[in-house]
Amino acid sequence: MNSTHRVTAQVLVGMLWLLSMALVHASAESSDHDMNYRLDTIVEQPSTRSDSNSTADHTKFEELKGPFNSGPEVTQACLKCHTEAGHQFMQNIHWTWEYENEKTGQTLGKKHLVNNFCTNSRGNEGMCAQCHTGYGWKDESFDFSDQNNIDCVVCHDRTGTYYKTPNSEGNKACSIMFEGKQPIQWEKVAQSAGLPARENCGGCHFYGGGGDGVKHGDLDSSLIHPDRKLDVHMDSEGLNFACTACHVTNKHVWAGSRYDMIAHDIGGTGMPGQRRDVATCESCHGDAPHDSSELEGIKLNNHVDRIACQTCHIPTFARGGVATKTDWDWRTAGKTRDGEGYKEKNYTQGNGKHRATYKSIKGSFKYGENLVPHYNWFDGQMIYTTIDTQFDASNGFININTFNGSADDPDSRIWPFKRMHTVQPYDKVNNTLVYMHLWGNDENAYWGNYDFAKAIETGMQKNDLPYSGEFDFVDTYSYWPITHMVAPSEDALSCDSCHTDKGRLEGVEGVYIPGRNETPWLDKAMLMILAATLLGILAHALVRMVFGPKPKHSGEH
Amino acid sequence: MSTRLVMIYTRFERFWHWTQMALIMLLMFTGFGLHGTHDLLSFKTAVSLHTVAALALMVLWLFAIFWHLTTGTWRHYLPTTKGLFAVIRFYAYGNLKGERHPYRKAYWRKHNPPQAMTYLSLKLVMFPAIWISGLAYLTYPLWGGAGSAGGALEIVAVIHLLAAFAILLFVIIHLYLLTLGGPVVEHVKPMITGFDKVDLAPEEEAYLERDEPGHIR
Repeated sequence: MNSTHRVTAQVLVGMLWLLSMALVHASAESSDHDMNYRLDTIVEQPSTRSDSNSTADHTKFEELKGPFNSGPEVTQACLKCHTEAGHQFMQNIHWTWEYENEKTGQTLGKKHLVNNFCTNSRGNEGMCAQCHTGYGWKDESFDFSDQNNIDCVVCHDRTGTYYKTPNSEGNKACSIMFEGKQPIQWEKVAQSAGLPARENCGGCHFYGGGGDGVKHGDLDSSLIHPDRKLDVHMDSEGLNFACTACHVTNKHVWAGSRYDMIAHDIGGTGMPGQRRDVATCESCHGDAPHDSSELEGIKLNNHVDRIACQTCHIPTFARGGVATKTDWDWRTAGKTRDGEGYKEKNYTQGNGKHRATYKSIKGSFKYGENLVPHYNWFDGQMIYTTIDTQFDASNGFININTFNGSADDPDSRIWPFKRMHTVQPYDKVNNTLVYMHLWGNDENAYWGNYDFAKAIETGMQKNDLPYSGEFDFVDTYSYWPITHMVAPSEDALSCDSCHTDKGRLEGVEGVYIPGRNETPWLDKAMLMILAATLLGILAHALVRMVFGPKPKHSGEH
Repeated sequence: MSTRLVMIYTRFERFWHWTQMALIMLLMFTGFGLHGTHDLLSFKTAVSLHTVAALALMVLWLFAIFWHLTTGTWRHYLPTTKGLFAVIRFYAYGNLKGERHPYRKAYWRKHNPPQAMTYLSLKLVMFPAIWISGLAYLTYPLWGGAGSAGGALEIVAVIHLLAAFAILLFVIIHLYLLTLGGPVVEHVKPMITGFDKVDLAPEEEAYLERDEPGHIR
């Protein structure tokens, strides 16, 4: 082959490559990245767990040879060997979707709460319980005492091919998203069983709130294969932590829930050999993590009692090219074109994907990336406005969740939060939040019929909750502690981020922060005294020059 | 009684004065940077320089206190009203009329009365205020338990700031007074060479010429 032919061949190959890339790109664009929950995210390259020390190879197990035709059949096989796993897992919030906070007396969990994204999973389990670790929860009839209903593989599938679809049929406007899937190869999935990796947990936790990165801002699909800059611990080329490296597991119940956090861990690494079932930074790094042989390290360690590690070490969130929602307006929902719902995608996020800024089923959204958190004192206790909380809407806004904490409380530290703003429906007579009936193939489901009045009435009725029949919209805020996307130390905030006028901690009360313009009145007084002194000296010098003795000639000395 | 050039600022005193001057300048510059008055240094650099300079100055003070006590030079700073008002009158308007400075340095009284009183207040009030508050500031995590540190730290910080401001005013006036009662260089030179014109009693002169010949010219 002469050189001309070789060049021609190279050009042809190059063009083919470009064409194929364009096709791949086009097919990627065709899926909806706002609705890509777990089910739409078959992971091409599952992350590897570098810390697995299993003594079993599940592909060799007779019990897992199959054939299996359904999830529960696989679960039964799992439970033959893992005899206690079922009962143990039933204590887990991933199964119960319920959390009794003994300190505040509130009953929390997805089974009960109203949030300011899609608002409520209660009554919409047919859709929302795709992220329940069970099979088939679509209404009140789901049996929480049957361990065969546990979905083992959603967490333990290591092929990356497992997916879930809604447990009940929705309106055709929504159902279309879930069509055209390859059937699950249950035997392959079951035999792949291993410890959960990031894409397992992330299958739901990266997509909370209805899409990639929507809810948390510090959890999104960019953490499946993050680099060091994005997360120093999960860095796929480096430490490559799985979620459970920090969220340590004991009998299928694991540490670290935002419902009840340890805002100030003074337990540190514990005694030698002591097991600490907490997900805090301190449980590995201790409570004096900076190099105390240097002045800088000593000063930084002096901050540990008042400043959460996350405050400096997560300089911004939503850093991985995936945007998070910051603002949601339900009031604009329900517009149709030719009788059909539609979407507008006017936000392009860092990784090039387009995000919906309007959806008929949900309203209007705003997004953000590389966001500076909201900072405040936090004692670890989240307090929720629940469905039965009566509030005073005349304040102008409702906190879906709020938190306590102050400088006077040794258990509090200054923490970073994502703050979500939404305008959502409420019962304007009873002054309560409302459950909406969003999902369903019926004439009352909001998704498909676009009628708030019917959706709220049905949502409240299904749960025997009082509803006045009159709704309006109210501004709500929710607060999400930021704790993932920990940057490498060289990217941590510098001192000047806070020790300056109008810095990051502007407005955080009860603490004296040198350099924050803490004593403006004193500074003004000092400046005036200084000016008076200098003026006095100037006046004195002038009088001396005019009236004082003239310099003598040197000869007269 | 004769006026001679006598060594009144010995080597250590000069070293103390100029080192202290440099450290105080550095502390002023870094300290007001930390306070937010200027942005010429990063906070981290300013903290490091300020802490190191402060520790160095405290070591110097320990030596200076020891020196004052063992050499007896502390007596130069004893307050007196003798000649006090004559000097104040001179600073107020006598210097305008070209009068001669009323104070004559004595061998065991090298500062004029208001000068000695000012230095004494510097040593007994402003310096202790700045180093006690500064040490408290530096070590607040050791004593300010979480929960109350914020309020206590603010008090410490304000005291530290006020003391620093008082020292700044001292420095400004100290420098301006160099220009009164003769050329600036005449006032600065003794703190460099150690020698200044002093009125000596015949016994002092004889003693110096016999036992300290290097201390008299």
